[in-house]
Amino acid sequence: MALTRRNFLTTAAAGGAVLAAAAPSEARDNKTMPPKAVGLLYDSTLCVGCKACVRACREANDTQPEFNTADKLWDTPLDISGRTITVIKLYADGTADHKDQEKNGFAFIKKSCMHCVDPSCVSACPVTAMTKSPDTGIVSYDADACIGCRYCVAACPFSVPQFQYDTAFPRILKCQLCKHRQAEGKMPACAEVCPTGATLFGPVPALKAEADRRQALAPGETTTFARKTVGSPDVHEKKAAHYIRHIYGESEMGGTQMLLLAGVDFDKLGYPALRDRSYAATSETIQGALYDGLILPAVVLGGLVFAASKHVPQHHEEED
Amino acid sequence: MAQATPLGGPLVTRTTVIAGAFALIAAGLALYRFVYGLGAVTNLNNAYPWGLWIVWDVVIGTALGCGGFAMALVVYVMNKGEYHPLVRPALTASLFGYSLGGMSVLVDLGRYWNFWHLYVPGWANPTSVMFEVAACITAYCLVLWIEFMPVLAERFASASTRKMVNKTLFFFVALGVLLPTMHQSSLGSMLVVFGFHIHPLWQTELLPLLFLLSVLAMGYAIVIFEATLVTKAYRRPSEAHLVGALGFYMVPLIAAFLAIRWADIIAGRKIDLVFSSGGLSSLFWLENLLYVLPLFWLSSERRRANAKLQFMAACCLLLAGILYRLDAYIIAQQRPGWHYFPATGELLVTIGIVAFEVLAYIVFIKTLPILHSVRK
Ligand code: SF4
Ligand code: SF4
Ligand code: SF4
Repeated sequence: MALTRRNFLTTAAAGGAVLAAAAPSEARDNKTMPPKAVGLLYDSTLCVGCKACVRACREANDTQPEFNTADKLWDTPLDISGRTITVIKLYADGTADHKDQEKNGFAFIKKSCMHCVDPSCVSACPVTAMTKSPDTGIVSYDADACIGCRYCVAACPFSVPQFQYDTAFPRILKCQLCKHRQAEGKMPACAEVCPTGATLFGPVPALKAEADRRQALAPGETTTFARKTVGSPDVHEKKAAHYIRHIYGESEMGGTQMLLLAGVDFDKLGYPALRDRSYAATSETIQGALYDGLILPAVVLGGLVFAASKHVPQHHEEED
Repeated sequence: MAQATPLGGPLVTRTTVIAGAFALIAAGLALYRFVYGLGAVTNLNNAYPWGLWIVWDVVIGTALGCGGFAMALVVYVMNKGEYHPLVRPALTASLFGYSLGGMSVLVDLGRYWNFWHLYVPGWANPTSVMFEVAACITAYCLVLWIEFMPVLAERFASASTRKMVNKTLFFFVALGVLLPTMHQSSLGSMLVVFGFHIHPLWQTELLPLLFLLSVLAMGYAIVIFEATLVTKAYRRPSEAHLVGALGFYMVPLIAAFLAIRWADIIAGRKIDLVFSSGGLSSLFWLENLLYVLPLFWLSSERRRANAKLQFMAACCLLLAGILYRLDAYIIAQQRPGWHYFPATGELLVTIGIVAFEVLAYIVFIKTLPILHSVRK
């Protein structure tokens, strides 16, 4: 057959038609909040930076201190890492005189897994080592399943899963909302020890209602704040800070089960502005369009087998 | 038509000895990594968990291994028999590109002893793009070896086995076109879930299509590149006439790639980023230049017939595809406060793998009927 533009274009057009046929398949929507979703509400304006939660998290999850000073006398994790599940970080600007103020102020911020409603890590993990409980929504990690590919590490919008590069037998470290403690009827260690109720545990709707209440407070208004869980009798009185009008995690990436309140813009605190549609939904829409039921690959294979069955023997006989 | 024959000649030469030495160094470093962890050899961190080994050895390595895919498409599917002499060398190179990419994955996987979970229902996760890539690349490695069977059969098997292999071959040739279409586009899809971690000039839902188009261009380019080098190195008669016409197929591919990429940028209102992204803007323009130059060279029959321009076009297309992938996978990642540059050990492992590839390629073409015999 001669090399002509025409038969090349015919082949190309046929390929295009097959691709176009796949396009109208359904987009995958964001997943929805599980019925018994639990999570954390972290209020930066209540946090005093004592890091009791960091210590309690170590004890509850059996992680070792990280040393970053010369005398090696301080547990000083610089960020979450392969050895550290949660940290409290400090934002400081200029003279850093006033708490919860963006200019010349400072603020504390907690970092740990957000327990996304539609988690990228779960969508990305090739071997189902990351799973989301259909019940409580806790996002768990199973080292026995994990192959250590680190796709979850790169994919998480909040850069949460941490891989261990310093050992021959590494695993991923991330907060699993102390599910082993919850199984014993206890609450997450970080919420249990928090002296100010800055980290609060509870069902997500209750956490959300509490966040809404705080958003509505006038700055300086005296009110009560619960410790440990929403609605617990252990409360203290305090004047409300000036809150940014934003409950972080309410809609980001389709929502998260950890909610955050702060007096300083979240992108200053290391929580980036994110859209509502989860990246998992976008990615799975594409994969679904191309691979649902393996229909498209089967159709293409049929065409290719037809073409090849006509042409392959031809070329090989020429050789014999 | 002339037959394929082993090239013959000594196996121990300066090139093979040097290549062997580098391959040994890499093996030693890989061993070290298995004892002391990935951090002992690499500069990987939790912001850049994928480095040279994944991006060069797998993402770029398999793209460079797409010569077999591109040639099978032209020769068997579009029925262009005149290119048949190019199929076997391309197939051989693909075989190595893919098999060694697979090997580096095993070195890179943190919990490699679990890797078989990828193939077991219950563990395997169909929503994961990486699952698609892994399953599909594994299948393709098998298909490549099967497509390679006639070469081994000619050398070692009886006439009846040879016949059987050739009879069923068409099915595997078809699979050999389908599978790379799937996983090479998936290597683009894989980045979609990274979302804002990738600069908007590279992040788009069209990544699978862009990766597929650019890999086809790379596939043709690598065939031209190899044919030119083998011709030079072993003083064989030029295949320029054959190779040159191949450029014809690249023109619409490159044009489509550029058109789709720019349409996405314009439609996504990202046009200002083309100028305002500093170093990334420069890299973006460099990628475009590396596509536009070959487009210009290959678009006229006269320039296409020029062996020098042909070779330069192939080099540009290879560089363009490599840079596009490096940018998307590493350089255009937005991970404030974090950096990644490969460690020496990491580089040496990759060099060693390439060296091993060169070594094996030479041994294969010298001992197996891969290159078309020269008519005397
Ligand atoms: S924050 Fe990251 S690790 Fe946690 S559930 Fe969401 S995607 Fe997964
Ligand atoms: S590193 Fe483990 S948990 Fe993370 S995506 Fe890979 S296999 Fe899944
Ligand atoms: S819930 Fe448990 S694991 Fe998670 S940060 Fe708190 S203490 Fe650590």
